[in-house]
Amino acid sequence: MSDTHAQTQPFVRGEMLPESEPPLAEKGAVKWLRENLFSGWLNILLTVVSLYVIWVVLSTVVPWTVLGIWDADSLTGCREIRDARYGEGMEVACWAVIADRWQQLLFGFYPRDLYARPVLALLVFFAGIAPVLFTGLPRKLLWGSLAAPFVMYWLLWGGSIWGPIVVALGLAVGALAFQVGNRAQGALLGGILAIVVPILYWLFLAGPLIRALASVLPIGIEFVPSDDFGGFMLSFIIGIAGITLSLPLGILLALGRQSDLFIINKVSVAFIEIIRGVPLIVWLFTASLLLNYFLPPGTNFDLMLRVIIMVTFFASAYIAEVVRGGLAALPKGQYEAGDALGLDYAKSMRLIILPQALKIAIPGIVNTFIGLFKDTTLVVFIGLLDPIGLSNSIRATTDWNGIYWELFVFIGILFFICCYSMGRYSLALERKLTRENR
Amino acid sequence: MKTSVFLGALTVAGFAAGASAAQTLDDVQSRGNLNCGVTTGLVGFAAPDANGVWEGFDVAVCRAVAAAIFGDPMAVEFVPTTGQTRFTALASGEIDLLARNTTWTFTRDTDLNNEFVGINYYDGQGFMVPRDLGVSSALELDGATVCIQTGTTTELNLADFFRVNNIEYEPVPIETNAEAQQQYLAGACDVYTTDASGLAATRATFEDPSAHVILPEIISKEPLGPLVRHGDNEWGDIARWVLNALIAAEELGVTSANVEQLAEEGTDNPEINRLLGVEGELGAMIGLSNDWAVNAIAAGGNYGELFERHIGESTPIGLARGLNAQWTEGGLLYAPPFR
Amino acid sequence: MSAISHEPQAGGFRLSQLIYDTRYRSLTIQVVALILLVLGLSWLVSNTVQNLEALGKDFDFGFLTQPAGYDINQRLIEYDSQMSHGRAALVGILNTLLVALLGCAAATILGVFFGVLRLSKNWLVARLAAVYVEGFRNVPLLLWIIAIFAIMAEGMPQPRDFREGGGASMLVGDSVAVTNRGIYIPNVVFTRSLGGNEVVAPEPEEPDDAGTTGVASGTYGGSRIATGGAGVSTGQDDQDAADARNAQSAAGEDDAAEGEIVPSSSALDWLVVLGLLVLGIIAARMVTAWAKRKQEATGKRPRTLWINLALILVAPAIALFLLGAQFDYPVLGGFNFDGGVHLRNSLIALWFALSLYTGAFVAEIVRGGILAISKGQSEAAFALGLRPNRTMRLIILPQALRVIIPPLISQYLNLTKNSSLAIAVGYMDARSTLGGITINQTGRELEGMLLLGLFYLVLSLVISSLMNVYNNSVKLKER
Repeated sequence: MSDTHAQTQPFVRGEMLPESEPPLAEKGAVKWLRENLFSGWLNILLTVVSLYVIWVVLSTVVPWTVLGIWDADSLTGCREIRDARYGEGMEVACWAVIADRWQQLLFGFYPRDLYARPVLALLVFFAGIAPVLFTGLPRKLLWGSLAAPFVMYWLLWGGSIWGPIVVALGLAVGALAFQVGNRAQGALLGGILAIVVPILYWLFLAGPLIRALASVLPIGIEFVPSDDFGGFMLSFIIGIAGITLSLPLGILLALGRQSDLFIINKVSVAFIEIIRGVPLIVWLFTASLLLNYFLPPGTNFDLMLRVIIMVTFFASAYIAEVVRGGLAALPKGQYEAGDALGLDYAKSMRLIILPQALKIAIPGIVNTFIGLFKDTTLVVFIGLLDPIGLSNSIRATTDWNGIYWELFVFIGILFFICCYSMGRYSLALERKLTRENR
Repeated sequence: MKTSVFLGALTVAGFAAGASAAQTLDDVQSRGNLNCGVTTGLVGFAAPDANGVWEGFDVAVCRAVAAAIFGDPMAVEFVPTTGQTRFTALASGEIDLLARNTTWTFTRDTDLNNEFVGINYYDGQGFMVPRDLGVSSALELDGATVCIQTGTTTELNLADFFRVNNIEYEPVPIETNAEAQQQYLAGACDVYTTDASGLAATRATFEDPSAHVILPEIISKEPLGPLVRHGDNEWGDIARWVLNALIAAEELGVTSANVEQLAEEGTDNPEINRLLGVEGELGAMIGLSNDWAVNAIAAGGNYGELFERHIGESTPIGLARGLNAQWTEGGLLYAPPFR
Repeated sequence: MSAISHEPQAGGFRLSQLIYDTRYRSLTIQVVALILLVLGLSWLVSNTVQNLEALGKDFDFGFLTQPAGYDINQRLIEYDSQMSHGRAALVGILNTLLVALLGCAAATILGVFFGVLRLSKNWLVARLAAVYVEGFRNVPLLLWIIAIFAIMAEGMPQPRDFREGGGASMLVGDSVAVTNRGIYIPNVVFTRSLGGNEVVAPEPEEPDDAGTTGVASGTYGGSRIATGGAGVSTGQDDQDAADARNAQSAAGEDDAAEGEIVPSSSALDWLVVLGLLVLGIIAARMVTAWAKRKQEATGKRPRTLWINLALILVAPAIALFLLGAQFDYPVLGGFNFDGGVHLRNSLIALWFALSLYTGAFVAEIVRGGILAISKGQSEAAFALGLRPNRTMRLIILPQALRVIIPPLISQYLNLTKNSSLAIAVGYMDARSTLGGITINQTGRELEGMLLLGLFYLVLSLVISSLMNVYNNSVKLKER
């Protein structure tokens, strides 16, 4: 055997050849280019077309942007500098308007020396939402989340510290009423008391209490009226308030839509469909033109509050659908398990169903928030000074009348940064959820 | 739970702050400032500066009223309103006074339950065209594309004008002045029409203003004035007579420079004395202090000074007084006597 | 559950059972909820009544019959400023429907296109598609609408550039003009219109173009504001036109003797042509079904392509010929182009912005749908010997559609609702006419907003129910 082998195979390599480089076309940039850009006629065509598109866009946008003028105090000044620097006929951006007015675009007419307050409020928001978003954090921090809205309200509007504290006390009053009612008659009475007592407290007791405390111990910071709010700050406030306030209502609506109780089910469905079937801009006009008709004669809210209320209703319908998706995604066994343990409806929802459903719904909630945040630009149509509204006001000054693209580009970029990062976050969350559910 | 708490709190605040009773003056005084409705921005008439302080010809009326009530021209909260929300904002009590270059028309005065307290600017709708179009009259605009700003009386006037003269046109309605300007400059419309003051203000900001002409036709009467709600005549009186005081001050030669001096020393002219509270009790009759007019005039000056500072010939807008001159100088401004 | 099987003691009904007995509790809760709801609603209504009274207003839809007084540039039905607010609202509603329809179609096409491009193996193309999707998804629609409107105004040539030496020229053999006021395309008009043609005496008189532009039916309101008498076909006109036709046929196509017929179009013409087209499509579908039955019975599929094409195209073509269809080309007039159909910038900007914006969302949905189909499906198809395009058509797409359609419905709804931003570019939709100028001029905000909300609500419900019907037809049928 071995001889034949030796005869038929005159040469057997005893050692490995040194590794040689792959052919030029199969490595590095060339391979990548060939595989990704020029792998066929269609692909070559697509690549060429894409390159052309990129070239056309960049060759108009880049010089205009990069050569833009930053140091002028009016559009005429910009034009003079431009003519001196680049000669007549060259179109360049006049970024000086951003340099002059960026604070207004971000904060509206909020007093300049108080800019720290809205920034702090945003940080409080992040701190408050962290325990909700990151499940790794200790659960006790959720109490902080509960307090965050009041702190934010106080930071933004200012005024006496007693207002938010006394109102927040209503929560404690409600909890106490629930305990008392629960012990006396059972969960139902507790639930009713938990709703009725705080409302009575807020309606009749809170006002005098605030005034009394404020006169005894006047602690507070400077009050800023809503009319001074504007720019991105306004968009953030409307968006964040709309989403956080709409969460409880949205969950209730989702539960109502799932409910077997005929009337509750139909009312929830009607509410959700009516809100979702009509564009936000119509609701905003309703807030601005009609809400005063529906309230008792003589009531007068400030416009921003009315918008927040309307946006809350609007968002709650969308949140309800997102939460319903979460509820529907839960296996039926979870519901049955709750029943099997002998939990009543409220308990099985609170302890078993909702925690899981909400976790599934968080990416959807973030997406709803992104949509809402973008839609806050519609308030320009009812005269609130959001970034786009402010851009109109800025153009109405004699200094900057006639400026156009620069403001829109700035606003667009800021919106993009905010929405894109939130979108990435929700995507990452979704991936994590699918991994966990696998 | 969080919803109800927050809303509850806000409801309380809302109810406490609300209650727009018939006595607007009392409300304003107890609130400590005047809520004044202005445009979201119109060159020369109302716009916030880099510090967020509102300035302009309409704004000056608000400041004068605030000064007459509080002695402080800065005690005003400006509420930007759009063409669509302005009357509702006034009717609902959100604002006390609307100074938003609003045309005084029959329906607005009666059916919409407003009360115009006077006229602070006599305007009219005009046309602007590029000079190289070679058009010298609006009657030559047959078939032209016309940019108009919506939400105003402009579109109605335009429809009437072209219908009466039996010529065709293509309306391009635009929401904001900035966009209309941009469309016009890009040549997407042949003609831009709005109030003549607005046309002048717009033209002043062009790179080459001389390349555009404003046609001689003024196709409408646009008496622009501040207005208040129906039903509170005392409040209407205050707004009306502050405006009249500004106009009368110019006629009588009272300026922001000499008003303090005239009020202290008194003059030989009894009308000036009555206006400035040196004689008589005019202030008390409208529920204000006796130096109300002094404060109003000192706030920004008399009508002529305000005009010059915000929209007059020394500004880039460069409007001539025209109809808005005193009646003694061939204009229409004619303040009733102070007695 | 024992509570339910337990027989209640006779006469033992106590009030507390309403709360503690599971049989009655749900009823109690519902009745309480109903009472609260009714109370709440009546509170709102009574507030409204009081407030209206205090303002001296009433609740009355009579304003809809009063003259509107404003002009609308794009009209799918006849309208002028002396017609009623109700008519103006209808014009606006039709404009909303038009842009929503165009937008949904374009968004679907763009979405599928970019959704597939994002999955492309070409790195550059995939990146570009991603930039498009992220750019449009993350910037407010309002900004995009304004930006596209401005780009169109600044980037396209002005009508006067089309004059000699202006540097711009018309496309497609001098029939299409792309200007910064919109796009002018040829219009189809009929010399033997069923709505009647105006006859102009042969004197060298300028033909009144109102006849061609007065009624734009089924096309995009290709009419300018014609303050002179618009070409409305009254009964008298019909009679004249019929006489003219008779005279014309008698003269054997020699129309110069009687007078020149002004070509025009009416709703009736288009109804006939489109009706024949629809009938043809139905007939073609029947033929296809027959071919399928035959294939299943015999295993051989008859060739139906030419029969189908003939069924669909021949009848409408004959109708077009009989009606004397011809093109009405846009011609540069004094300030603008005359004739043809004018697709206004406002329509185009809104349409582009809406479809680009919604298309970005649709692209993500399509991409997700395709990715959701497990790879085993295409492998199985290949194993069966199906070619790639058949694999896509028969295996992947039908399954992907099930994933794609439900979110697609909500994107269609979003697009329809977002069309209310038309006001930003001055497109006269329902929100700009009924909810804008009409409310402004009449001060009837309560009634106007109510009507507007109702319109959008009905529209949304109709769209979602139609799409749900379609969704059910492609849904996985579990047996």
